[in-house]
Amino acid sequence: MLFAVGSLAVMGLTLGGALGVASRYLTVESDPLEVELTGLLPGSQCGQCGFVGCSQYAAALAKHEAGVTLCAPGGKAVAEALAKRLGVSADLSDHEEHLPQVAFIHEELCIGCLRCVGECSTDAIVGAPKQLHTVISDVCHACGKCFKICPTEAIEMRPIPVTLGAWHWSKPTEHGLQ
Amino acid sequence: MSIVVDKSGPFTHAPTSVQRTMTLVLAALVPATLFDAWLFGWPAVFMFLTTIGSCVALEALCLHLSNKPLEPTLTDGSAVLTGWLLAMSLPPWSPWWVCVIASIFAICLAKHVFGGLGQNVFNPAMVGRIAVLVSFPLQMTTWVAPLKAPGFAESLGITFGHPIGLDTVSAASALGYVKTELSKGVPVSQSMAEFAHQFPLSDMIVGVHPGSFGETSAVLVLLGGLFLLYKRIISWHIPVAVTGTLFVLGSLFSAVDPGRFTSGSFHLLSGATFLGAFFIATDYVTSPVSKQGQLVYGFGIGFLTWIIRTFAGYPEGMAFAVLLMNALTPIIDHHIRPRAFGRTRKGEPLSLSKGES
Amino acid sequence: MKLFSIKGGIHPDYRKELTSEKAIVPMPLPKQLHLPLQQHMGAAATNTVEAGDSVKKGQMLARGQGFISAAVHAPTSGRIISISEMTAPHPSGLPQLTIVLEPDGKDEWAELPAPIEDPFAAPGQAIRDRVAASGIVGMGGATFPSAVKLGLGNQHKLEILLLNGAECEPYLTCDDRVMREYADEVIDGARIMAHSLSAPKVIIAIEGNKPQAIEIMTKAAATQPNVEVVSVPVQYPMGAERHLTQAVTGRETPARKLTADVGVVVHNVATARAVHHAVRFGRPLLSRIVTVSGGAVAEPKNIDVALGTPVNDLLAFCGGVKDARRIISGGPMMGQPLPSLEVPVVKGTSGILALTARETNEAPTQPCIRCGTCVTICPCGLVPVEMASFIRHERLDEAAGIGVLDCVSCGSCSYICPSHIPLVHFFAYAKGRINALDRERRKQQQTKALVEAHNARLERVAQAKREAAARAKAQSETPDASKANA
Repeated sequence: MLFAVGSLAVMGLTLGGALGVASRYLTVESDPLEVELTGLLPGSQCGQCGFVGCSQYAAALAKHEAGVTLCAPGGKAVAEALAKRLGVSADLSDHEEHLPQVAFIHEELCIGCLRCVGECSTDAIVGAPKQLHTVISDVCHACGKCFKICPTEAIEMRPIPVTLGAWHWSKPTEHGLQ
Repeated sequence: MSIVVDKSGPFTHAPTSVQRTMTLVLAALVPATLFDAWLFGWPAVFMFLTTIGSCVALEALCLHLSNKPLEPTLTDGSAVLTGWLLAMSLPPWSPWWVCVIASIFAICLAKHVFGGLGQNVFNPAMVGRIAVLVSFPLQMTTWVAPLKAPGFAESLGITFGHPIGLDTVSAASALGYVKTELSKGVPVSQSMAEFAHQFPLSDMIVGVHPGSFGETSAVLVLLGGLFLLYKRIISWHIPVAVTGTLFVLGSLFSAVDPGRFTSGSFHLLSGATFLGAFFIATDYVTSPVSKQGQLVYGFGIGFLTWIIRTFAGYPEGMAFAVLLMNALTPIIDHHIRPRAFGRTRKGEPLSLSKGES
Repeated sequence: MKLFSIKGGIHPDYRKELTSEKAIVPMPLPKQLHLPLQQHMGAAATNTVEAGDSVKKGQMLARGQGFISAAVHAPTSGRIISISEMTAPHPSGLPQLTIVLEPDGKDEWAELPAPIEDPFAAPGQAIRDRVAASGIVGMGGATFPSAVKLGLGNQHKLEILLLNGAECEPYLTCDDRVMREYADEVIDGARIMAHSLSAPKVIIAIEGNKPQAIEIMTKAAATQPNVEVVSVPVQYPMGAERHLTQAVTGRETPARKLTADVGVVVHNVATARAVHHAVRFGRPLLSRIVTVSGGAVAEPKNIDVALGTPVNDLLAFCGGVKDARRIISGGPMMGQPLPSLEVPVVKGTSGILALTARETNEAPTQPCIRCGTCVTICPCGLVPVEMASFIRHERLDEAAGIGVLDCVSCGSCSYICPSHIPLVHFFAYAKGRINALDRERRKQQQTKALVEAHNARLERVAQAKREAAARAKAQSETPDASKANA
């Protein structure tokens, strides 16, 4: 009986010690998560997530201090990519209400000041001084910087309507099933 | 007329339903059950009713505890079927408390703890049987000789009271007899012959010999299984794999050493082989979904049953074999999938060379 | 000829006897025709007429845009009332641009292009141009622009034009009647199409439950050595193009490829008839045969309908509808529920069904009992039970991994499921979500590239400024040195 206790104790101490040594000297360095996460974000530094820029949001994500659904222009695609990389589950329910948007310039309010043209991070606005400006909707990803800078509030963020081509069936609610 | 677009097609449906499936399986079991009721008398009938009754009652209780509606689940027949199969694998004169405990394990543990209908990993009837087999080995291996049942009143006493004088009517089932004789050194061929002397082959086939409900009426169970095949409730893959493996292994090894190994036909006709092959192993929830997977599953059950019957401590191996293969079903399903149209077995698109299938 | 078996599939209650013996009847023109600018796969057409214009029968109202598109023509003479957004005959109920044409009752033809004298001597491109100008699309329901599909002979070596007369959906009998009543037109159209595709052989596949059609078509094809009529087994979904190809030729089209890659192009019999009209008479696609059927319809019929006829008028012509649980465009298996009865009949409407509750046999969903029937029955060899389980838990990538994008939505699994689980609905949702996510991902990549280009441009501007400032500074500091060097 003494032999049993003794042998188990010795084994426990030896193996535990080996594990401790391994955790000290054989640890794997964590890879630069922040850089990777920044790469997943659009990069337009729009600030809609509440952080100053995309890399700041990525830093917060890497420390698990921010949720993955904060990037509005990124939409579901970015939220899912971030969730997958961080290994968390993304609660996309709030994204359902947040329809994709596009900027639209109301011609009658535009004074041609060119400020939005300079702000746009994807060069989606075309215009010349004192001429009407207009948004190329395919290029716009709704970061909202033009909306903030326009002095006459001529820019409206409009939801993109669902077209016949983009419509799909919603998830079935299984009646009778909990 | 209001137009509601809430679901996509198709807008027609086959006349299939869970209830219809369960009802057909129960119908297939009726001939064998009636025969056994005649064979073992009133105590068996009471045992049967107790088992099914407690299964249904426990199902209602579990549904109530988990705040699910009683309605579609209680009447779809799945609890009745579990109880029926459980009753067919218990000794015919089991006391009521064995039935109830087996039902608790079957319905509450094996079915509802895992999530209810469609979610269980292990066959509920078999879990119930194994639980009481391991816990109450005496009651679970007490077999009675057929056609020696007492009257109604005395039967009530046997099932619900204290069993009296069972020694006078107890007898060994075929597998049990062979195994005990083997442990005493009597070669298998001899004990088989002795059993056959007491219960000739015709009796074996028809089923007039000791054993559980499922063991005794091999022919009627087989007929029920063929009925299910005809109605396309089950497919041939699992039954053929189970019985085929048992028969081949039995015949092969018996040819090599008849003193040690029982023959293939003995394996088929004794024990709950047909019940297991057609009714237990083919349980939808716990068997693989693809046909190729079902063949592997059936082969595994047949193989394990033969091993347990031949080498292990218990005379009947079907229940253990089924439970062991149930554990492997998710793995079988994961690795064995049908080949998709236009793709190879690995999932890559077919190449465009001429002469493809 | 030797046939091959296809995997799985179902044998539903076909109920074709409601209309199979009813000859095609014409329908009087309604008060208004609603012609959507998009009745086909691909880009929508753009209108070439305006509100207020008078048009003649067969005149082009909208021109196709881009490579994959189709034109729209006036089914009768009349006046254009408006071009506006109206509800599309689509389950979403979303609006689309629709031309409203009010018939003037005169039914006057516009000047049609001349018939192509000898189509078999004409170059294939001439046939394709005529088909495109006539607005012909796949009439089986897919509505793919036929002129584009007839051009597959340019990129692929084709052996067979396989004419799809299977009509495997329950209730529908429009193709059956077309083959019985217009066999010569179908075969002529088919031969013209085969010529355009440079396909040496035409095989017309008809399901065995249409014996009269088989007999009439065989007789009509008897004089043509390279046209063969073959009877295929009655099995849903025999009419799916890849499965029909496999049944007739034994060749399995690889995933992500076309049947043309195995030497076969499939077209519907009604499409062939439309090609005959376009090539021989210069007539564009103005009408189609529609089967109106179902237990809730008073007088089921096969009707020759002008495109743009509102479904309401169609049902009224058939004696009205009573106790309908669902109104469907197409067949009950793959057809789409209609959002309202004010929508029009379009080029792909093969049938309008008003089904009673007994016919639809809907029931509340019960838990999956893992019976595996869906796996046995899936003609594409997929595992619906597993895919639905992944989709239920929003694991769409894993569902795609086991092949949900290969699903053709035939509906066999939903049909047979004892627990009435809406399997095909799950797969339609998953495919839609996966495609939407793909679109979003591409947009994200595009945005990233644009942002980088924007930043690079700003950097170049800043760099140029710095260089100019440096040069200016250098000049202002050492003017003599530069003069000395010059």
